[in-house]
Amino acid sequence: MDFTLKIWRQKNAKAKGKFVTYKVKGISDSSSFLEMLDVFNDQQVTKGEDPVVFDHDCREGICGACSLYINGRPHGPDDSVTTCQLHMRRFKDGDTIVIEPWRSAAFPVIRDLMIDRQAFDKIIQAGGFISVNTGGIPDANAILIPKQNADASMDAAACIGCGACVAACKNASAMLFVAAKVSHLALLPQGRAEASARVQAMVAKMDELGFGNCTNTGACEAECPKDISIENIARMNREFLGAKIGSQKKTVKAGGF
Amino acid sequence: MTNLNSKIPQGPVATKWSSYKDHIALVNPSNKRKLDIIVVGTGLAGASAAASLGALGFKVKAFCYQDSPRRAHSIAAQGGINASKNYQNDGDSVYRLFYDTIKGGDYRAREGNVYRLAEVSGNIIDQSVALGVPFAREYGGLLDNRSFGGAQVSRTFYARGQTGQQLLLGAYSALSRQVSLGNVESFTRHEMLELVLIDGRARGIIARNLVTGETERHSAHAVVLATGGYGNVFFLSTNAMGSNTTALWKAYKKGAFFANPCFTQIHPTCIPVHGEFQSKLTLMSESLRNDGRIWVPKRKEDVDALRKNKMKPKDIAEENRDYYLERRYPAFGNLVPRDVASRAAKERCDAGFGVGETGLAVYLDFAESIKRLGRNVIEERYGNLFQMYQKIVDENPYENPMMIYPAVHYTMGGLWVDYELMSTVSGLFVAGEANFSDHGANRLGASALMQGLADGYFVLPYTIQNYLADQINVPRFSTDLPEFAEAEKQVKANISKLFDIKGTKPVDYFHRQLGKIMWEYVGMARNKAGLEKAIQLIREVKAAFWKDVKITGENNEVNPELEKAGRVADFIELGELLAMDALNREESCGGHFREEYQTPEGEALRNDDEFMYVAAWEFQGEGKEPKLNKEPLEYEAIEVKQRNYK
Ligand SMILES: Cc1cc2nc3c(=O)[nH]c(=O)nc-3n(C[C@H](O)[C@H](O)[C@H](O)COP(=O)(O)OP(=O)(O)OC[C@H]3O[C@@H](n4cnc5c(N)ncnc54)[C@H](O)[C@@H]3O)c2cc1C
Ligand code: FES
Repeated sequence: MDFTLKIWRQKNAKAKGKFVTYKVKGISDSSSFLEMLDVFNDQQVTKGEDPVVFDHDCREGICGACSLYINGRPHGPDDSVTTCQLHMRRFKDGDTIVIEPWRSAAFPVIRDLMIDRQAFDKIIQAGGFISVNTGGIPDANAILIPKQNADASMDAAACIGCGACVAACKNASAMLFVAAKVSHLALLPQGRAEASARVQAMVAKMDELGFGNCTNTGACEAECPKDISIENIARMNREFLGAKIGSQKKTVKAGGF
Repeated sequence: MTNLNSKIPQGPVATKWSSYKDHIALVNPSNKRKLDIIVVGTGLAGASAAASLGALGFKVKAFCYQDSPRRAHSIAAQGGINASKNYQNDGDSVYRLFYDTIKGGDYRAREGNVYRLAEVSGNIIDQSVALGVPFAREYGGLLDNRSFGGAQVSRTFYARGQTGQQLLLGAYSALSRQVSLGNVESFTRHEMLELVLIDGRARGIIARNLVTGETERHSAHAVVLATGGYGNVFFLSTNAMGSNTTALWKAYKKGAFFANPCFTQIHPTCIPVHGEFQSKLTLMSESLRNDGRIWVPKRKEDVDALRKNKMKPKDIAEENRDYYLERRYPAFGNLVPRDVASRAAKERCDAGFGVGETGLAVYLDFAESIKRLGRNVIEERYGNLFQMYQKIVDENPYENPMMIYPAVHYTMGGLWVDYELMSTVSGLFVAGEANFSDHGANRLGASALMQGLADGYFVLPYTIQNYLADQINVPRFSTDLPEFAEAEKQVKANISKLFDIKGTKPVDYFHRQLGKIMWEYVGMARNKAGLEKAIQLIREVKAAFWKDVKITGENNEVNPELEKAGRVADFIELGELLAMDALNREESCGGHFREEYQTPEGEALRNDDEFMYVAAWEFQGEGKEPKLNKEPLEYEAIEVKQRNYK
């Protein structure tokens, strides 16, 4: 298969970027989208030109490293997959494919299609954990967890932290990401102790880092490669309101050590 | 200079670890704050170590090459983690897990280490649950288990098909908490390119900032390498694209011995290779073997009809199917260890019974389980794996059997460490897949996650403390010391050297070439002539690489081609050592199969009299043959036998 690629090229965070059009030929339909870019990059290097830079690692849809806005959609045209799981058989021979980085003030471009998602780490550092140190823990079966709670918690915990939700949102809100972590922990008895402090700390951090507000468009859920449900946002809102009413002043940070 | 003291504590195997812990030197809390520890790698081993050491009060710096610690390759582990909880009341115990691991490793692992691993395995589950890992549960609210290859009990804990992800997110959350408390500093998009020694002890690293290209100097009182395995020496493997051996290789060149590099694991259930452009192989979790049956046709005419698409697998009558694992190994059936299952698949395909376009595939069939348990049960157990398969292969595994073939997956070899997980370089600790310690010649499924977390949560916090206890008066090291300057100079010179080649071929070209040689001659079956040839060919690849590799761009920017070049240069050298080790080991054991040494039934034939040792290779200088050191293995608690899964 042959394609025309319109790729966002940007030398570094400060440089101005632009679209550049390229051709790539002889792509097998069973190759993945990133393998197509590998072939393209091989061509570039052979010609002595800079290959296009993009994040990737596991190439099986779990590490959350790959991103890419493909023809106007995060992770491309298929539902429930990451870019690394997208295959070229999904496109038609001769198609033009537009490839851009995630666009959000909180995710600045580092180079070409590679972005800086450290904001997500910072949100987790603000409270996305249960404050236990290593050792001195009771037997795992001492806590009974109803299967449906464990399953619902797992549904939320499946988030891979790729940032597609932010990229899909017209407000660049990180609500789905934060809600997934809040729900994952709030649904488990061992996460309840700090639930209200956690949600407040994480939401405050999210706001501070320049993510936008949630206006319930649902675009995040539609584009999430792991099908994280916006029910988590509703759950988080309940946790957040409850926390405010309960007004537990202590921050999660102080709860540690 | 050769110092292979494994420091195994005296006494019966069951009390070694507790007696060790009772007698180590400790560091008091106010002194811990004065001691710095560098942890390279944030996978299960690194993240759990950094979080635990930070919680104890040490000042920790954690490094990873990805943009976040949560993306370490551990995230991809699917099937589960073992622990000898005996929650199922099916006869499991610490001893049995210990025994299974030693036997599964074909009697090439150390008893002391493995017993400790089994002993702390239960704590890992407790710890992970406390951190919020949503393991699968029964309706009563208790933890659920499944069984895994090489075991007759159900001791594997799992979180759907995403166990590694959930365990890593647990460790990452603990790490994040320590970052917020100021005990751990996190350095993402940083690659360690050199180890710094001061007076023979590991005291720091040189890392390249992958965003700016700057080389940075970082000092510490001790260094931990938790940088994962080196399976990508085969180019195609189930490892992540960035998984590499660079940190280990630099340490090897600074005096850390490399142990048993030839012990590599070929995983039986991966999606078969389908084209030249392919960048990696995808694993289908071994847990699938619980409910899937592996077979190929019995008759050549059926093989032909299948390949020509004149027939579907379900058209083949039951009596014309060869469930070769059930046939050869009735006691373990489809649950034989990985090395056995992989070789059996190769044997059938080599004999001409392989299916698929290339003839290099066998069926993994769920029809019977779907009939017995219902599609929804299978979907609940393996839904995400089935979806992954369908995405890649474009076939529905609920209707047609999966096609699978073995692929490189895990490396049991790694840097040699003693009981304290310290390498032959004083103050350099190695954890997780990066060390050689616990799996002998073959790792059992669901035991890598266990080992990584055992090392990080429960072993290193004790052993590093013991090492640092007499150094509380050693002040922080300045990075202006000549040792740092010299190491940085070397790193920069190496980078310039790569750019200066200005050849004609991209890095991947050489990596692919290396991979082909490794797979053909150093893969599932090895022999003397092939290994000698491999060594010759690898040397040629090395020469060609250093003459003709082409790296675009510059050093002072994001430059993935440069990153790959450095890694491939190290892989090429490691490839040669791996082949040498395989050549030296004139026996078959676990994942190392030498065609010259097999039983009449085609099973691996060990030579305990001559090879019951750990081969620890010592770097002797560029262009010189490395020196082989031997650590003899002694078995006191377990009687050494020929492995038998019949
Ligand atoms: C697809 C797949 C499925 C698996 N499933 C299972 C399973 O079900 N059960 C099981 O027990 N095991 C499984 N395994 C094996 C297991 O996942 C790994 O052995 C284990 O996770 C390794 O953990 P680790 O912490 O040692 O290293 P990794 O998780 O590989 O982490 C390595 C870390 O080192 C960093 N790093 C590497 N080099 C450098 C450098 N030079 N500078 C800076 N940082 C560096 C990386 O950034 C990363 O943070 C599976 C493996 C694969 C590939
Ligand atoms: S590369 Fe890991 S999710 Fe795509």
